[in-house]
Amino acid sequence: MWKTLVKSIGEFKKPSILSPLFVSMEVVIECIIPFVAARLINQIREGCGLDVILRYGLLLLAMAGLSLVFGWLSGVVCATAASGFGRNLRRDMYYRIQGFSFENIDKFSSSSLVTRMTTDVTNVQMAYMMIIRIAVRSPLMLIFAVVMAFVMGGSLALIFVCVIPILGAGLYLIIRKVHPLFVKVFRKYDAFNMSVQENIQGIRVVKSFVREEHEKKKFEGVSEDVRADFTRAEKIIAFNNPLMLFCLYVNMVFIMTFGAYTIITTQGVDFNVGQLSALMVYSFQTLMSLMMLSMVFVMIIISDESGRRIVEVLSEKSALQSPTDPVMEVRDGSVEFVGVSFRYSQKAEHMALSRIDLRIASGETIGVLGGVGSSKTSLVQLIPRLYDATEGVVSVGGRDVRDYDIATLRGQVSVVLQNNMLFSGTIKDNLRWGDPDATDEEIAQACRMAQADEFIARFPEGYDTRIEQGGVNVSGGQKQRLCIARALLKKPKILILDDSTSAVDTRTDAAIRKAFRDYIPETTKIIIAQRVASVQDADRIVLMDKGGVAAVGRHEELLAGNDIYREIYESQNRVGMKA
Amino acid sequence: MKHGAKYQKGTMKRLLATLFRFHPVALPLALLCIAFSAVVSAIPSLFMQQIIEVLEQNIGGDWGADVLPQILRLVVVLASLYVLSLTLTFVYSRVMAGLTQNSLNLFRKKLFEKMEKLPISYFDRHPHGDIMSHYTNDTDTLRQFISQSMPNFLMSAIIVLTLFSIMMWFSFWMTCVVLCGVVCMTFVIRKVGGNSAKYFIRQQKSMGETEGYVEEMIGGQKVIKVFCHEEETKAGFDAVNDKLFHDTEKANKYANILAPILMNIGNLLYVLIAMAGGIFLLTGVRNVSLSGLALTISVTVPFLNITRQFCGNINQVSQQINAVIMGLAGADRIFTLLDQPDEEDAGDVTLVNVTRRDGVIAECAGRTGLWAWKQPGDGGSGGAGDGGGAARAGGGCGGGAGDGDGGGGGVAARAGGGAARYTMLTGDIRLRAVNFGYEKGKPVLHDITLFAEPGQKVAFVGATGAGKTTITNLLNRFYDIAEGEIRYDGIDIGRIKKADLRRAIGLVLQDTNLFSGSVMDNIRYGRLDATDAECVRAATLAGAHDFITRLPEAYLTRIAENGSNLSQGQRQLLAIARAAVADPPVMVLDEATASIDTRTEAIVQRGMDALMEGRTVFVIAHRLSTVQNADVIMVLEDGYIIERGSHRQLIANGGRYYQLYTGVFELE
Repeated sequence: MWKTLVKSIGEFKKPSILSPLFVSMEVVIECIIPFVAARLINQIREGCGLDVILRYGLLLLAMAGLSLVFGWLSGVVCATAASGFGRNLRRDMYYRIQGFSFENIDKFSSSSLVTRMTTDVTNVQMAYMMIIRIAVRSPLMLIFAVVMAFVMGGSLALIFVCVIPILGAGLYLIIRKVHPLFVKVFRKYDAFNMSVQENIQGIRVVKSFVREEHEKKKFEGVSEDVRADFTRAEKIIAFNNPLMLFCLYVNMVFIMTFGAYTIITTQGVDFNVGQLSALMVYSFQTLMSLMMLSMVFVMIIISDESGRRIVEVLSEKSALQSPTDPVMEVRDGSVEFVGVSFRYSQKAEHMALSRIDLRIASGETIGVLGGVGSSKTSLVQLIPRLYDATEGVVSVGGRDVRDYDIATLRGQVSVVLQNNMLFSGTIKDNLRWGDPDATDEEIAQACRMAQADEFIARFPEGYDTRIEQGGVNVSGGQKQRLCIARALLKKPKILILDDSTSAVDTRTDAAIRKAFRDYIPETTKIIIAQRVASVQDADRIVLMDKGGVAAVGRHEELLAGNDIYREIYESQNRVGMKA
Repeated sequence: MKHGAKYQKGTMKRLLATLFRFHPVALPLALLCIAFSAVVSAIPSLFMQQIIEVLEQNIGGDWGADVLPQILRLVVVLASLYVLSLTLTFVYSRVMAGLTQNSLNLFRKKLFEKMEKLPISYFDRHPHGDIMSHYTNDTDTLRQFISQSMPNFLMSAIIVLTLFSIMMWFSFWMTCVVLCGVVCMTFVIRKVGGNSAKYFIRQQKSMGETEGYVEEMIGGQKVIKVFCHEEETKAGFDAVNDKLFHDTEKANKYANILAPILMNIGNLLYVLIAMAGGIFLLTGVRNVSLSGLALTISVTVPFLNITRQFCGNINQVSQQINAVIMGLAGADRIFTLLDQPDEEDAGDVTLVNVTRRDGVIAECAGRTGLWAWKQPGDGGSGGAGDGGGAARAGGGCGGGAGDGDGGGGGVAARAGGGAARYTMLTGDIRLRAVNFGYEKGKPVLHDITLFAEPGQKVAFVGATGAGKTTITNLLNRFYDIAEGEIRYDGIDIGRIKKADLRRAIGLVLQDTNLFSGSVMDNIRYGRLDATDAECVRAATLAGAHDFITRLPEAYLTRIAENGSNLSQGQRQLLAIARAAVADPPVMVLDEATASIDTRTEAIVQRGMDALMEGRTVFVIAHRLSTVQNADVIMVLEDGYIIERGSHRQLIANGGRYYQLYTGVFELE
């Protein structure tokens, strides 16, 4: 896992290496300072002159200054390295997502992708910052401090060798016990968040069914659950503090007593007051660094899960591969399905489409009709290769869709999706998705065909009107017409409308279809609709039922010969219908 | 320090007061323990001084006879203090751990309880993400505050104060040197810490922008693929991502250098103190101190350690300042929500189960299938009963007035003691001259008068924003009307207890919201005591049974996050089944069938027709085919009812409805 993540460090390798380097220097100096200071103290005790004090003092000041410089530098490069790493991770994920096929997109919910790119990256970034700074600093400090302690205190430093393993083992035990609890608690926390979320979103339902008390009880259960688990984990962590203090105190008492003993018995030869003081500092430094080290471990453990979730995205392989020697041109707008079966994932039990054989000539207008779950959408999504057929062959312009360069194919097969989206930006920005180089006249022409020109003209700022995120400031019908115009600007050989006029009134709907006939007669048009009226003037109508083609024919033929079709038609043409 | 995080002045006091109220014993106990441990951890330097003094006096002396007893005496006292401090540390660590989580749990419960009581308008006015962040971000800052900042701050503050006293005890001059350092440190904290905070706030904002961009683009990822727009969106992403990078980098730079600067100012001070001590010793400056101790090596050495500890704790305090401010800002947001006014409910009319024998209505506890409104009778208060019951004004749907008073539907009866009045629940709804606007000066509905007799189906047709949904918001009092009146079975709905009013009106909304749990749980949501069989029957009625049995575990299938494992149509069928199980006399269907294709809709329609039997129904539909069999169709435009009548009448009139129907006019 870490191998994949490390790749994203990229151009921030230099600060990533410099940071531990600077930190090491800082630590070395920091550990020497008490050593030198101890000598100064002894000199003072022995009644040295002012010049000695000043010499030592200046040396120490210079060291403190150097330590400050290195600390500063390490802080700066470390910030650059970690923030840069985070940036690259986000970028690499985003780029990877752009390479996703529809199948990949279906696998991840968009909210989970957003969390992975924000919270998870932030966690890893934090951990990285600790790794290249604290995680270098602490063990170095530990080693240096212990070594210096031995240099200064001789056998007295043996107490370190006794106490450090106790603290280390204690911290290790605490982390080991707490880790599984935290994993569990985070999962409960997800459930907790969801329970709040659904109450906020569904507050109208809660209130209209008068379920406030019921929800409160449910919530209290979940909240209590979180509390209980968190408390268990935190109570174990609460051992940290006393454990640390215990070790520190043992050190202190030991050093004071035996330090005093050594000073007296050796008459200050082997050991003196300055050394005693320095030993105290080292004992504090050692234990602090162990403590920090345990914090680093906890952070790494927390970010471990985040790292895994990031790698999941980074290592996701696009389910669609462009062929090595792609066809770069689509000959015409003919479409053919030969023995096509399809399921959305290998785990799916049922085929969404089974054994479809269908031939659509270039320039034909095809209506597709059928109930919910009859796989109308699945059928058309195979044409621009949004998904690959599980069995059989889908051809466009006489070639297997898998032979084409994907961008070429999708440039010629324009789909207006069912759940369509406009993006924040002006109307013109949105339309230019279809063709970035479209002239104003081309844009206006596409809008005329999609019957969008009139309402756009009514906006005070016309084509420069801003669309809000999610297109909330245009009505459903307007949004659908803009989406159709956007698709038309691609000037495709095949145009597919997946229930794209459901919010458009019948007259406009008819006008759009008439414009298609008049202006783009040579384009193959495949129209999925709920309303029979939207497809009854098509050259042929494909009636889908339970993932298969139930019937193909003209409106009159189907009306006469197909029960399902007649049922749909009649349900939409009850009393007084005269569409 | 400059901070973007804002909070009211009294927040600290209120937060502490709340915490003390939550834990009147545990919290003071924990704080006492903390204070004592803090003092203990500051005093070893005192012992150190005495030990060194003993050593200095006995250099070359006899360990066993002279030194050991003195040292032992000191060490034993120190060790006992340590043992006590350890015990207290252990106690407060455990207590704080439990106390923190318990406080958070109480805050969460309070928040949720409050949230369930808030009026709908609160949810309409505040972004859901903001409400959510009270439970996540704000609670998290509180956790930081209670478990870390508050105890650490207290601890460090007490240590700093104790050390300061000890320093004064030892030597006034050397304390002055340390104070100079403290001034420097404060300056650095203000400068660097302030910058760090500034960029952290910027980083927060850039993070929000990046999140927004990613959310929008990934939400529309399929459109991006279809238009091969990948490269353009990458460029857009790089721009926001780079900005985030720069802000993060700056924020962390400032945060990262603060500690080394403070630490090395500490180191500098350490050196300066050593030198100053040396110079003072050398020059024999008269020591000024509280203790009256002379300046000797036994003072200088512990003073050095004190300096180190002193600086370390100031560093600690500086690390906590941001967390404290953020914690207070979080607490402030939580308190703001808790201070919101509850949804008002002055209603005293309740819905009760009754039995009816020979026209006499008697209240009873069990479920009887018969319901009545119970009005507490205090001398026939005005207005309540004057409707008498449901009107049987024949065929007047097309007309504007709904004032026809009749005898029939509801039976008013006096219960035993002459106290309460009972009116049978029948589902008669009348609106008279209702005006309403969400904001003052922006009316949404004008002079709406309409009535629906028990069992009638009233449909609303009109463009988005014409006020259709608003009418349903008023019926179950999600919002209260400004003028006019709405009566349910002749009772002003303002007088009915909201819970009972809502129980009497079923609601199926456009956005179907399902809850985590099984399919069965979700249907049962309509009526918690419904049996499995009743739920299945409701599902069958709604036309949902078929697809449910095809789910992996049928009725026991778990609903994923708001039903994301179901199609929109399936979710709506479940919502309809949920309303069916509730079995209310009045139903409001807001676009309930918008995402169901016409064939499935026909199946649902059949179920709904059966369900609507004997029920008053309000339907809001975009598709005109779904409202054709309504008893009366209201065409709304800009908050006015511009046409009303049956489908045939309206078609014959050739007005706006006719235009809509024939497609001359676009509905949305």
